[in-house]
Amino acid sequence: MPKKKPVVYPYIPNSVPETRSEMLAKVGVKGVEELYSPIPKNLRLKRPLKLPKPFLSEPELQRHVSGILKKNKSCEEFLSFLGAGCYQHYVPSVVDTIINRGEFLTAYYGSNYSDMGRFQVMFEYVSMLTDLVGMEVAGFPMFDGSSSGGTALRMCARITGRTEVLVPETVSPLRMKVIENYCRHSEVKAIRRVACRPDTGLIDLSDVKAKLTADTAGVYIENPSYLGMIETQGGEIADLAHANGSLFAVGVNPMSLGVLAPPGDYGADIVSGDTQPLGVHMNYGGGTCGFVAVRDVEEHIAELPPLLTSIADLEEGEGFGFNLFAWAERLSYAARENAKEYTGTSTVLWSTANAVYLALMGPRGMKEVGETILQKSHYAKKLLAGIPGVKTPFPSAHFNEFVVNFDDTGKTVSRINAALLKRKIFGGRDLSDEFPDLGQSALYCVSEVHTQKDLKRLARALKEVIA
Amino acid sequence: MSEDMKLRNYHAQVWDEPLLMDKSVKGQRGILVPEAEPGIRSEVGKAEDLIPANMRRKAPPDLPEMAQPQVLRHFTRLSQMTMGNDASNDIGVGTCTMKYSPKVNEALCGLPQMADLHPYQDESTVQGILEILYKTRDFLREISGMDEISFQPASGGQAVYTAASIVRAYHEARGEGTKRDQVITTIFSHPVDAACPATVGYEVVTIMPDKDGYPDIEALKASLSDRTAALLITNPEDIGLYNPRIEEFVKRVHGVGGLCFTDQANANGVLGKARAADAGFDMCHFNLHKTFSSPHGGMGPGCGALAVKEHLAGFLPVPVVKKDGKRYSLDYDRPESIGKVRDFYGNAQVVLRVYAWIMSLGAEGLNQVAETAVLNNNYLEKLLLAVPGITESYGEGKIRLDQIRYSWEKLTADTGVTSEDIERRMTDYGIQAYWTSHHPQLIPEPFTPEPTDSYSREDIEEWAAVMRQISKEAYEDPEKVKSAPHRGITTAVDESAALLHEKCMFTYKKYKRMKAEGK
Amino acid sequence: MQKQAGLIVNPIAGMGGKVGLKGTDGPRILEQAIRIGATPEAPQRAARALERLAGLRHDIHFLTCPGDMGENELASAGFEYTVLGPPTTGETTAEDTERAARRMREEGVDLLLFVGGDGTARNIYNAVGDRLPVLGVPAGVKMHSAVFGTTPGNAGELAELFLRGKATGTREAEVMDIDEDAFRGQRLSARLYGYLRVPFERRLVQSVKAGSTGGEETAVRAIALHVVGNMEPDRAYIIGPGTTTREIMRVLGLPNTLLGVDVVLNKTLLARDVNEGRLLEAIEGRPARIVVTIIGGQGYLFGRGNQQISDRVIERVGKENIIVVATRAKLFALNGEPMLVDTGNERVNKMLSGYVNVITGIKEKIVYKVCS
Repeated sequence: MPKKKPVVYPYIPNSVPETRSEMLAKVGVKGVEELYSPIPKNLRLKRPLKLPKPFLSEPELQRHVSGILKKNKSCEEFLSFLGAGCYQHYVPSVVDTIINRGEFLTAYYGSNYSDMGRFQVMFEYVSMLTDLVGMEVAGFPMFDGSSSGGTALRMCARITGRTEVLVPETVSPLRMKVIENYCRHSEVKAIRRVACRPDTGLIDLSDVKAKLTADTAGVYIENPSYLGMIETQGGEIADLAHANGSLFAVGVNPMSLGVLAPPGDYGADIVSGDTQPLGVHMNYGGGTCGFVAVRDVEEHIAELPPLLTSIADLEEGEGFGFNLFAWAERLSYAARENAKEYTGTSTVLWSTANAVYLALMGPRGMKEVGETILQKSHYAKKLLAGIPGVKTPFPSAHFNEFVVNFDDTGKTVSRINAALLKRKIFGGRDLSDEFPDLGQSALYCVSEVHTQKDLKRLARALKEVIA
Repeated sequence: MSEDMKLRNYHAQVWDEPLLMDKSVKGQRGILVPEAEPGIRSEVGKAEDLIPANMRRKAPPDLPEMAQPQVLRHFTRLSQMTMGNDASNDIGVGTCTMKYSPKVNEALCGLPQMADLHPYQDESTVQGILEILYKTRDFLREISGMDEISFQPASGGQAVYTAASIVRAYHEARGEGTKRDQVITTIFSHPVDAACPATVGYEVVTIMPDKDGYPDIEALKASLSDRTAALLITNPEDIGLYNPRIEEFVKRVHGVGGLCFTDQANANGVLGKARAADAGFDMCHFNLHKTFSSPHGGMGPGCGALAVKEHLAGFLPVPVVKKDGKRYSLDYDRPESIGKVRDFYGNAQVVLRVYAWIMSLGAEGLNQVAETAVLNNNYLEKLLLAVPGITESYGEGKIRLDQIRYSWEKLTADTGVTSEDIERRMTDYGIQAYWTSHHPQLIPEPFTPEPTDSYSREDIEEWAAVMRQISKEAYEDPEKVKSAPHRGITTAVDESAALLHEKCMFTYKKYKRMKAEGK
Repeated sequence: MQKQAGLIVNPIAGMGGKVGLKGTDGPRILEQAIRIGATPEAPQRAARALERLAGLRHDIHFLTCPGDMGENELASAGFEYTVLGPPTTGETTAEDTERAARRMREEGVDLLLFVGGDGTARNIYNAVGDRLPVLGVPAGVKMHSAVFGTTPGNAGELAELFLRGKATGTREAEVMDIDEDAFRGQRLSARLYGYLRVPFERRLVQSVKAGSTGGEETAVRAIALHVVGNMEPDRAYIIGPGTTTREIMRVLGLPNTLLGVDVVLNKTLLARDVNEGRLLEAIEGRPARIVVTIIGGQGYLFGRGNQQISDRVIERVGKENIIVVATRAKLFALNGEPMLVDTGNERVNKMLSGYVNVITGIKEKIVYKVCS
């Protein structure tokens, strides 16, 4: 058989056969095989990997992969009312331009001396984010809203030395799966669920009181809640928690904070959440970007698992640079009954997007987008409530999401959504499995990207589908 | 490499860029936001009235007010004060497998059929991305020899954490959850291999190297008992040595009823050459960012794909991608599952890039990746060991695979110049600061380069030449190295502030306040 | 701001070693050393350490002793200094060292640098205790104490970091010396005299990758919490000397004998600062455990500084009941060398050899080799 001509791979400069031979000669071996001698023979794979034939040229590859992707229907093509933790907002072009700059996109982790620009972006991200949520210190971003919620709860336990946390029953069951996994075998020995009032969907204060004990490390709420409601009793809950020696942690949608009071204003000790709405594409759920922020209290900062950066003076001359924060290691890390959390690769590219987004939006942009969302989502809620058979069970104020109930239509959410899909509409998230008590309900999400026309189109489609 | 290789006369782009907040001009706007239509406003009234009075924001957030070109310019300048792999030689960043991230894959990620997908869309509208996830799963099954994959962990650390959670769940399911409370690792494994089991409550027993630099098998024997839950290790280890007794390690741990996981963060040199499953491991993970070319993004988002054998598949996080006939779906019905480790399904856009990367290479190309990584590393070793002051410890003279941990101990003893001084000096030559070592630093004055498949011979020679030049400087004029950087983006920072809470300025507000107070 | 540092050179330190003597303490040995051809080592070593401080030449003012005891070395290295006291005539003595160290303590120097061995360290300890940071430049024959830099250059480096404010921590380090009184037969026996405060090089770790890098104090705390958390009722715990074990007593809220051995039962003090005999009495008829840490710079577990826990005690308690504690930093400072035991009893030494689990933190152990 004639010997096949070796492929020179564009991504592998030293795949040129002559280069390879010269390098082998310099290393002093006959072939690469000699360099694999440390691996015991019996552990070596003795056949080629079974992988599909590659597309060696870029145009062929591009065509093949985009061909698969074209089987997807995006939220650009269809009209989407999905939210439930991942949100469609407009992503400014400047944001995409910046995060696609090779310096940021392909950075690893240089120090201040090689990557000062990244440190400055991180410092600016933290400065803007903490101000938005009403806190004073935050670290590098974390994975998502759920794991940062879990971190907030574990921090409560570590700071107070207590073992139980209170979590409202309106927190999403899928988020609870993350939190439970995160708290299992940790300082948090029990997660107690706090009831919400069936009429308003807001937290039942009497149940908070009943469940606060000497073991309660913290009380966690979400604002807005998973079901969309704006929780108005934050201040009271904070007082109850503090009077009990417990901490108060709040999970937020930062997009709401141009118009809603930041948790720092109503007594939160720890704020967590997901900054995906602030300039990050949904990416099928890959756009999540968590954060945890605290007040400038040494003992609280010491329990923050992510890395922290601090601006610093130069040793000589004017100007500034950045340090990674090292003193946390001196504090109570070791005093934990159980071991540390871990840190590592997270979502820094997305926090870069957040920084650009917040800089573009400014205080007025954040206020205006919040106002537009409020008006459009309330309008949508009204419009849908006007459809015979459709109810919006919770009268409480909401931000971008609200519950829509279809019990009286005699149709399941899943059937309704299937019919909407035929009309190129993604209906709201089906809640019938997650919250069976709500019957056939869906969680609808509206944002600044929806026009009045879009909302009317939804209402019309629903009318047809239900009829 | 010629002795007088010309080093580049690099100069960083020092923009001396002020802080964003100091550039704010009252009234400027970076972007305008759509208003609700008049029909909507007349229907629902003022936005303010839609918020309960006590929940209205009183003071606007302290965000800068800037016009669009000024925002763009600010961040463009900051990007230019960052050394990304696209521009810089990242050979020094070992254990991290920095490689080229193909631009065509970025273009694919930017398509709305990827970027603008909501995770709760009907499965019929995401068949494309599910197909990508499923097929990449098949590729990784073949590369690892394992049976099932989860893409949910969003980093290597989270994959190890997930593995540790599975160890827990497995022993609990067998009624041995309390009895088995120890996990064994080695000192040259990644620290997450110790930190993650600790996070889920295990006692961690660490094994030191023997005189050859390999994990001490006698120490392993002495540590095994009915308390052993699992072995969590990195192989090849961080110093580049492949543990030749790896099979015996696995057999002995299995012998006492423990599970075995290997951290494949250092897999670049063994792709297609040796598989974790064939050495008997029950689980392993790959960093899809790094090893499989997805860009690092300056610390994420990434993906730590976790691969497990059949007997552990049931414990993986939900959902798992399934295929029935021609239709792909997400399977949540897994009663033994540990639950979820993050929201949604992991970073699908990372998996998309990996799919495209593997499809651009195929089996032969992956083989070329591994062999080139190993050849490059051994080539660099030849050059570096000729540099005065550089030595190798632990396993001297042994062949290393994808990376090596070297030591400047001799240079430090001779000149007082430390590895960290050199790290700063490197940037003066336009190459990325190197990675010293994971903690603890068992090897003094360490550095760990990893010349992956993406680097050319010239890149490698340039890197080595910079090391030789700095070594020369250290012997001739140590102060020059100690006071570096000189041509970088910044000069030495007052690092002592990082030790004290009262000196730390985490935010612009605190910075301004402390400056005003004259601190 | 200008810093003030002290420098004391013991010019005769190390002279005995080169000619096979066990130390250079006392005029008789020195005489003998000089007779058989020893030359001073310390001045050279001092110079090597001072080289590393060259960058600070104009930022430090030294207080030092006349002539060979520091003045000469500083003058040739080009530092500014003030000489304390009149020039000495003839041979320097331990009293000279102690007097100078006391003066430096009174003057409040930021760091006292001394060049010498175990004997010099003892003299310094007698004079200043733990009241100021001290660092040894190794030059002696006997180097059991843990107060020295690994080389003169490294000591200079550490001093530089400390004086620049880059290594701000201190740790307590053992001062040990051969115990002439405790010589039993031909066996070497080192006594633990006390602890000096030594700069602790904790370089700022600009590291992002996973894994906590706990400081020395937190690591010691973690170890103590782990040990106390696992204490069983009605079992005697023999707490050996050392700062790591002292933290255990602190966690328990009990008084502690830093240089001696205490016994704890049900988290209360059963016996304090015991010798071998009282130790055996205290554990008579009850199950017991021994908690020990590495003593000194050479990695001894038994037989140096904790001889009260004798071979008989160890045999009575049993190997499985020995709890070894040490911070990772201390273990790694052994540079991969095994920990040592020297109980004077071959059988017991053999029994102790092999591998032990060293507790290095909460639920954290390192399997480490032990040799006799």
